[in-house]
Parts: sequence; structure tokens; C-alpha cells
Amino acid sequence: MTKPSEIRVAASSIAVRRGFLSRVAVVGSPNSGKSTLFNRLTGLKQRIGNYPGVTVERHVGSLTWDGRKTELIDLPGTHSLRPHSLEEQIAVDVILGRLAGAEPPDGILAVLDATNLYQGLFLVQQLVELQKPMVVALTMTDAAIRSGIDIDRDALSEALGGVRVCGVVATTGAGLDGLRDAITTLKDAPLPRKITVWPELDAAISGLRSATGTLLSETECTRLLIDGVTERNQSFSAGLDAEFIARLDALRLEFFAGQPPVAVEARIRYGWVRSVLRSVQQSAPKLYSWQSRITEFLNQPYAGTVGLFVVMAVVFQAVFAWATPIMDFIDSATATLGARVGDVLGDGALSSLIGDGVIAGVGSVIVFLPQILILFLFIILLEDSGYLARAAYLMDRTMRSVGLSGQSIIPMISSFACAVPGIMATRVIPSRRDRIATIMAAPFMTCSARLPVYALLIAAFVPAQQVGFMNLQGLVLFGLYMFGIVMGILTALLMRKTALRGPKPPFALMLPEFRRPNLQTVFFQLLGRVKVFLYRAGTVIFSVAVIVWALSYYPRSELIAPAVENQRQAAAYMLSGAELAAEYARIDNVAAAAQLEQSWLGRAGKSVEPLFRPLGWDWRVSAAVIAGFPAREVVVAVLGTVYAVGDQADEGTLSTRLKASTWPDGGKVFTLPMVLGLLIFYACCLQCAATLAVIRRETNTWRWPVFAWFYMTAIGYIGAMLAFQLGSA
Amino acid sequence: MEINAYTLATLKRGQKGVIKAINANDPQVQRLMVLGLVEGAEIEHASAALGGDPIEFRLFGCGISLRQEHARHFQVAPAGAGD
Repeated sequence: MTKPSEIRVAASSIAVRRGFLSRVAVVGSPNSGKSTLFNRLTGLKQRIGNYPGVTVERHVGSLTWDGRKTELIDLPGTHSLRPHSLEEQIAVDVILGRLAGAEPPDGILAVLDATNLYQGLFLVQQLVELQKPMVVALTMTDAAIRSGIDIDRDALSEALGGVRVCGVVATTGAGLDGLRDAITTLKDAPLPRKITVWPELDAAISGLRSATGTLLSETECTRLLIDGVTERNQSFSAGLDAEFIARLDALRLEFFAGQPPVAVEARIRYGWVRSVLRSVQQSAPKLYSWQSRITEFLNQPYAGTVGLFVVMAVVFQAVFAWATPIMDFIDSATATLGARVGDVLGDGALSSLIGDGVIAGVGSVIVFLPQILILFLFIILLEDSGYLARAAYLMDRTMRSVGLSGQSIIPMISSFACAVPGIMATRVIPSRRDRIATIMAAPFMTCSARLPVYALLIAAFVPAQQVGFMNLQGLVLFGLYMFGIVMGILTALLMRKTALRGPKPPFALMLPEFRRPNLQTVFFQLLGRVKVFLYRAGTVIFSVAVIVWALSYYPRSELIAPAVENQRQAAAYMLSGAELAAEYARIDNVAAAAQLEQSWLGRAGKSVEPLFRPLGWDWRVSAAVIAGFPAREVVVAVLGTVYAVGDQADEGTLSTRLKASTWPDGGKVFTLPMVLGLLIFYACCLQCAATLAVIRRETNTWRWPVFAWFYMTAIGYIGAMLAFQLGSA
Repeated sequence: MEINAYTLATLKRGQKGVIKAINANDPQVQRLMVLGLVEGAEIEHASAALGGDPIEFRLFGCGISLRQEHARHFQVAPAGAGD
């Protein structure tokens, strides 16, 4: 029985929580330091989900200060309340409380970059006009001082209707306590005073609202008057009655007198911003920073382009060279562990399950964690330092020649880590045709899941000789990356010439100054990626490894064991000592191989083998490839399991086992043309259920993922066949 | 709009100008205006990619890149000339 006093305590604690728990949206322009600030405020107390119906990541974290708890929602960056891309649309819908399934925020934390007040205030003035509880975090105040900007915070607060302005340096944590206090007391803070930016428009809107009695807010009416009914404001424009729309159109015609409304709005709002800047921002002596020195160097056309290629080459070299020692260690550790399990548990199904199934399967994927870490680290560093935007700028002309814009470069570079976030990153691309062409090209980029397959085959079959400053293995890897890029670009070109023909894509891009990547932000992002990878290794790959093991272990043949016993006795009769041990080992291998061949996996592999025979694959490789369609990194795990069960060499790693693998006639399975074909197959084939799902969600139809799958698989098959047939001829 | 001798596209590297008039009919030009390229804004040609396109400008200390074809829609008065 619960005592009455306990009930009272519980009830009052609910009341306390109700009283203070509030939801604050973190809003700011792209590159305003919003995510760094969000990470700083919430630390590890955050979770990443999705907004209902869309793939935009929803970052929610909590902040407790002085006993008050507030939930922070990190929104995608936006330049204004007139959304230009899908990502901006989500941000605006959440701010306006229009996103289905997401509760409207109680208050706004506006993030304003002190080094870019001009563009930042364009957004912040629109936020003040919402008349919601609001606090402004003035970020990068240290960088502002360095670049000679002195900001009068009181004057800024005054200009923004009296909202609290907290100067912070998110990277060092300076000023954060004041901001935490402001956020957690936001619910009780006074609403911002009304500011006058555009009195004529305000009058027109209040006239419209009183005449029609509409339930839409002032901001929503303003957007409808200026933007009209568009695809991007459907959250509040859908279902408006025709009379209201006709009235809007008439008012627009009268109010703007034929001028483009968006242009008029920009002029008036930036006029206000300039007048505020005059009273708020004083110049101070400018210090010459290393950032501007780098920017200046890369601003020279040739140096910039050469720099881009050097950066990419360094990344690929690092992925292959730096990770090797750690990988070798993990590789041998897994092999030792597997052997130890065999020693302890002896022969039998359990020992085989753990040693050959779980350890060999999952271990062969875990081996690639160091490489994947290094790759993700570089991508995150490039993004966080602002270099990816510069890459987009440098590549725009090239991308235009294939019908894309420089903006497509960012999703493509992200796809080198993983096509799923890469495809999600296409949301910043405003035009749908461009976006889909980029989505079709992205899966060709060599993702980190292809890396295990490449790394395994290259390490085993490409000699490690030095070619110039690079290793031949590194060079082949670089070539495969280039191959992926070329295939992706050709695909985009093909799309833009056929199904997605249309006008030239637009291009306007902010180029942030270089900044030192924030270690905390980098760490959080890296941690997130590692978690996803290990989660997959622990669930999907683990299950596949166990299933594949079972398929390869069962059914046990009743004929093999007596045959082995006979042969062993015959050997014991004729041989002794080391020779006998060697003969025993040979007999066991033959037996294991025979067992594998008649297992379910062996049978399945054999039944599809004819299909892959023109590619030079035996039934084991075929079975591994088939098993890898849900997730391509599984292939290495399957090869690991298959070759562990059919022990070619008792000790030794997967690559030595692959090298030893032969056809029944004794010829090597893994010849150079066959390996080359296998690599090409992997470079093309879309073996990733997650990518297919994300394409489906992002394009809103099954047509594109289905097309992408058939298209890429066909190219992979034909490419592998050509490589094998021409190479073997 | 009359073709003016001075547009954003004719600024040389390191040269500054003040935007005087904008041919705002193109939606892409309107987008640039939302990003702050409006009449009265001072702007500097910071760099150009290979082949001179796109061009990077500095606007109130921030980098923004646009293409030649759009830069032509912005008439400028070179800084220090006229008002």
C-alpha cells in the first residue's frame, strides 16, 4: 500500500516540474555557432530523433540550472522566416508551431553571430516580431573582438525590443552561466516590446486580419502577403479559402505596386538592420588572424583548387596509412580470440558458433572501426572548419558542367562517410531536380561500409610497393574513390539530360571564415557516428553473422565424420610425428570444406553460382555477395564466417584464407582480374537497405530507390564481368 | 535596366563598391537580396574560383559567393567614386 504522504510528495513534484519545464527552440542562421552552443548547453543530455514524416534530424537536449529544467530543441539554420529549402522550411514550421506532431516552443533562443550581425539581425528582427519570450545569445564575441568589432549589448537589446542579450564564447564557455539563467527563466521573462521595422506593412496586415477575422498569426499573414501560397509554406497556407487568397492577392498588388515583394522586404529589413548597426557596432582595431591569412591564401584561384586536391589526397592517404597498425592489432586479436575459444570449448556447435560465427563475423567488421573513425573525423573537421562550403564554391563551375551546382558537392563529400547523412544533406539544395540528381549520384561515393571490402581485397591482393610519395595500395584505393566520383557524376549528368531536364540550378552560398573546429562538437559528432557503427555491428551484422554461420554449419552430414575417421586411421597407420599432424590437419580441412559445401549456404551459393560465373566468383563469394545486399559491410563478415568454417588454414587471418582459396581444379579463385571485378562491383552496387530507405523518404516515392537499385546493380555486374573477362582473356 | 559600366561582375579583386541599383525580377537575384545584397550595402570582391566564376564577395565581413550571371544584375558605384 502506498502511504498518503508519498502521494502528496509525488503530486507536488509533478506540479514543480510542470511549473518550470519549458521548451525553447534554438534558432539562428547557418554557421552562427548554433550547434556548438547547443552542445555546450546540453552536453551529453541530448537525444537525436526525427521529425514526423521527414528525415530532418531533431536534436533535443535538456538544460537544468538552479533547479529549473528546460528542454532545448536545436533547429536547422535558416536565413529568414521565408524558407528557401526543405531544411529551412522545417525550422520555420517548428518556430511557428505548425509542424504536426511537434509541440510549439514556449520560447526562442536566438543565436546571433557577433561577426555577422548584418545577416543575423535580418532573422532576429523577424523573430522579435513573433512576440514570444526570447533571449539572444551573441556568439563568437571573441572572434568579433579579434576582427575589430565592438558591440554595445545594451543598445542591441534596446533595438530588439528589450530582450536579454547574453554575450558568449561557446568554445570556451565564457558567459554561459548568464545565458543558462536567462534560458531557464525565459518563461517568466517579459515579452519583447513591439519593434517598428515596417509600419506600412503592419498597418496593412492588421487591416487584413480585422477585415477577414482570420486565425492566422501576424507573421503567417505577412509571409502569405509577401511570398504568396508556395510549396514551402503549405503548413499554414493549405486549406485557405479562395476568398481569403483573392483578398491577399489584391492587397499584394496594391501594396507592392508591381515591385517584387521579396525584394521590397529585403530592402526595408536590411535598411532597418543598417540603422541598428550604426548605433550598436563600433569598429575597433583589427587584428590580423591566422584565419584570414588562410582565407587569403586560398582565395588565389590556383592555390585554392590545388589546395582542395591536396586536402582530399591527404584524407585518403591517412585513412589507409594511419589506421593500419591499429587494424593489424584488432585483426590478430580477433584471430587469437577465435583460436582460444576453440581451445577452451573444444569441437562442437557452440564452439563453432562463437568462434567462427560471432567472433570471426563481427570481428571482421570491427577491424575497420579505426579507418571509419579517421574518415569521419576528417569529414567532420572539414565541415566544422567551414572548408566544405569553400569546396562547394571552388567546384561550382565544374559541377555546373554536369548540370549540378557547387552545393551538390557537400552531400557528395559527406557520402564518403555514409550515403545516408549525405542524402539527408541534400535538403539544403533548393531545386528538386538538382536534389534528386544529387541523391542518385551520392550512393556511388565510396562510403565507409565499402571501405572494409576494399581494404580487405587491396591488402590481400595488391602489392605494397611505393609509387612516388604514395603506396600502390593507397593509390588503388584512391583510384576506386575516383571511380565512384566519376560514376556518380556521369549518373547525375545522365539524369539531368533525361528524366530531370530543367533550368540551370541556382547558386548562392555563404562562405564562412575558417575557424578552429570546436573539439566538443567534433567529439559529439564522432561519438554519434561510432555509436551508429557499433550498434549496427552489434545488431544487424551480429544477426547476419549468426544466421550465416547456422546456414553454413547445418545440416551436418552423416557421411563426413565416418569418412574422416577412416582416413585418420589410415594416416596413423602410415605416418607419425609432425607428418601425421600435418596429414590430420589436411584431412580436417577437406572435411570442413566438404561439410560447408553441402550446408544450406553452400547449396544456396551453388545454386546462384552460375549467375556469377561470368564474373569469376565461386559459390562462397556469390553467397557472401547475396548475403550482403541488406548491408554491404556484412560481406566481409560473411566471408569471415564462411572461410572460418571451411578452415583453409587453421590459424591466420581472413586475407591469408582468401589467398589460399581455390577452385576444385586447383586454380586460384582470387585472381587479379576477379578481384578487380569484385572491387568494381562493390564500387557500383547499391547494397544498403538504409540508403534505399532514405532515398524513399527523401524523394517520397519508391520509384527512385527502385530505379537506383536496378541501375547500380546492373552497372556493377557488367563492370565486374568486363574486368574479369577482359583481364582473364 | 540599362547596362551599366559598373556591376558586381566588373569589380576587380580587392576592389570595393556600394550597390546602387538591382534588377530584382529574377527570383535568384531576390534570394541574394534576402542574403543582404541590397542597395546601399558595401561589398568587396574577395576572390574568384578558377576561370573567374563564381566570385566571392565580402559583405559586412562575411563571405558570399555568386555567379557571374547573377553578379551582373547588381549595379555598383566603386567606393570612393561619387557619393
